[in-house]
Amino acid sequence: MKKQITNKALTLIFSLLVSLCLFAPLQARAEADFNASEMILEHIGDSYEWHFTNIGDTPVAIPLPVIVYSQVRGEWFCFSSSHLEEGEEYQGFRIAREGDYEGKVVETDAQGQEVRPVDISLTKNAVALLINSALLIAIVLGCARWYRNKLVTDASPNGFVGIMEMMVSMVYYDIIKANIPVHVQRYAGYLLCAFFFIFFNNLIGLIPGSANLTGNIAITFVLALCTFLMVNLFGNKEYWKEIFWADVPGWLKPVMAVIEFFGIFTKPVALMIRLFANIMAGHAALLALVSVIFITFSISAVLGTLMTPLTIVFCVFLDCLELLVAFIQAYVFTMLSAVFIGLSVPQHHE
Amino acid sequence: MSLLIPDSGLLFWMLVSFLVVFFVLVKFGWPIITHMVDERKKYIDESLESARKANERLAQIQEESTQILKQAQEQQSRMLAEAVEMRNQIVEKAKTEATVEGQKLLAEAKKQIDMEKEDAIRDIRRQVGLLSVEIAEQVLRQNLKSDKEQMAMIDRMLDEIITK
Repeated sequence: MKKQITNKALTLIFSLLVSLCLFAPLQARAEADFNASEMILEHIGDSYEWHFTNIGDTPVAIPLPVIVYSQVRGEWFCFSSSHLEEGEEYQGFRIAREGDYEGKVVETDAQGQEVRPVDISLTKNAVALLINSALLIAIVLGCARWYRNKLVTDASPNGFVGIMEMMVSMVYYDIIKANIPVHVQRYAGYLLCAFFFIFFNNLIGLIPGSANLTGNIAITFVLALCTFLMVNLFGNKEYWKEIFWADVPGWLKPVMAVIEFFGIFTKPVALMIRLFANIMAGHAALLALVSVIFITFSISAVLGTLMTPLTIVFCVFLDCLELLVAFIQAYVFTMLSAVFIGLSVPQHHE
Repeated sequence: MSLLIPDSGLLFWMLVSFLVVFFVLVKFGWPIITHMVDERKKYIDESLESARKANERLAQIQEESTQILKQAQEQQSRMLAEAVEMRNQIVEKAKTEATVEGQKLLAEAKKQIDMEKEDAIRDIRRQVGLLSVEIAEQVLRQNLKSDKEQMAMIDRMLDEIITK
């Protein structure tokens, strides 16, 4: 019975792939003036509307609210991004087409210069972030709900709660308790949050049409900042002594102090860049592979038809790889954070 | 390069949402799960420990029971041997007693028989005596029917006494 279902699922996937292969040329022909790098940057980056696709020439997109504070006029503005479509100007705001603020909302000041207002618009990434955060809270609280009125002697959870418990145990024991000798409860909450936040957003990011959150440096910056604060706010005397008065020969002490001091900052910066670059590069690679279909079709229909199945196979492979990366990067970020935290509270120092 | 510069708006939303996620989950999410996981781990460890102890105890009990069984068997065989010995002794004793008793009885019977024999012999003797006297009387009466014969008899007897 199970095998039958698997077979059916495989047949379904295969036929879907085949039909995609047949459908791709039609779609590709519609986009004769295809620009791969523009497409990739658009997908990786942020935008004021949630753009899904184009059917013919009609974009399928959800306009999102633009929230800006004009420093020129000194007041708040809130309006739909649909007013700014195709370079239109609305209440003195427009989306810059070029220059330093390309793709951002700008206004013109008294000197006729383009300036950025204070922009806390709910962009695609911001909306996705809010939705994902709400989902994450709902999922974890849903799991926590299961434990209510449960005794230790009751059976352990099955299904989704079971998977969550397994992952929580993994992070809790293998990452947190293995690396942090004291005050485990103080750090456990943050590290679990970091792991699940990154893992969840990595996974959601892989769904076509969703936002590339963990591949955005603002997101990884805040996460790295939290780790930085966790490490340095609670670091004990030993930790600071090792940084500024390390156990090395006298003349090396000032050199080591400088190096260690920079180390305080390079560690979280490395965390920030690693996560951002991995996820961003994964998305870029995937999009580049998809672009191959459109590029080859723009060269010749025969070449395109030949390349399409191969490209799709590669895409499937890369998607699986990205699933792995989604987990690994969440794991690595949490693991390194735990290691840094562990180093900030050394215990038995001779 | 815009990819490498954090956007201030997104930064703001990220700070807000991550802090909300952090505080909500730290307060209501993780502690419940980790506490339960910890407790269950402890419980499982304890259960394993007690299971190990129970197994040890069981093995000990089994050992003890086999010991007891062995002892019981030994005792049983010993008692059986003793019983056999005792039976043999009793039988032996009974036999000897029976022999002694039999011999005693036999001896008594012999004595009785002897006594009775003697009695009988005495009886017979007496009878024989009486009979012979009677016969002698008869014979005498027959022989001394006539006076002549009586006189002959007296004469012979007197002769006999005189010759003596």
